[in-house]
Amino acid sequence: MTTAEKYVTAAYCVVFGIVLLYVVIIALKVQRLERDVERLEEKRNG
Amino acid sequence: MRRIPLPLLAAASLALVTAALVLVFFVAPNDADQGFSQRIFYFHVSIAFTSYLCFGAGAWKALRHLWKRDPRADLESYVAVHQGVIFGALVLLTGSIWAKISWGHWWLWSENQLVLFLVLFLFYAAYFMLRFSVDAGPQRANLSAVYALFGVVLVPVSFLAIRLAQHFIHPVVFTRHGAAFGGWIMVAYVVSQIAVIVLAYTLYRVELAGKLLDARIRELRYA
Repeated sequence: MTTAEKYVTAAYCVVFGIVLLYVVIIALKVQRLERDVERLEEKRNG
Repeated sequence: MRRIPLPLLAAASLALVTAALVLVFFVAPNDADQGFSQRIFYFHVSIAFTSYLCFGAGAWKALRHLWKRDPRADLESYVAVHQGVIFGALVLLTGSIWAKISWGHWWLWSENQLVLFLVLFLFYAAYFMLRFSVDAGPQRANLSAVYALFGVVLVPVSFLAIRLAQHFIHPVVFTRHGAAFGGWIMVAYVVSQIAVIVLAYTLYRVELAGKLLDARIRELRYA
């Protein structure tokens, strides 16, 4: 692998790593929020 | 207006990003001047335009909030600015890697386009400091909207400054006479640009759904 190929691979890995991290964080947050909404709606409806 | 379902958007993002990567790495030819390293261009430039688009969308939603008092507009503006900052960070990171290969430096303070993009990025990064220093409510929404509107002025400045500058080493591929490339390079660029925009819109919708759920929880707690 040449130096240019290593740098290009690193650039694309940075992009996909950050996007993946973002998706995982948001997915976990949405899951937690959905659980909270269900719990609060159950509580409100008795 | 009917919105595209999120699973469909996610599938479209995945398909388009895969197609773009195939075109970038297996179809587009090596650049005569920069060789293999030019392949960073396809996503670097696409991400840069998408971040400008996100800041523009954030300003548009901010204007809607101030003008029409649309209750969702504040959240939509915030999410668009957040996307813009994430994509802005990616522009700086991929740009630095490309700079290291092409110029031998991670960063050049003498380059107006780099510095102006950094100013734009820091301006919008400070948006979050302002937003979270004020309690939730109309005051926060109004201050955030005015800030997002001011920031969008920096987008054309950042884009045009390099074109008006006399001395630069950052490549300019879009001139008044059109794009400085064609053939498979153009096809790969167009597909990459569409892929990144669809990906950004998908992430925007996912984050917005989370913010709306958060707002619903607050309503339920205080009901």
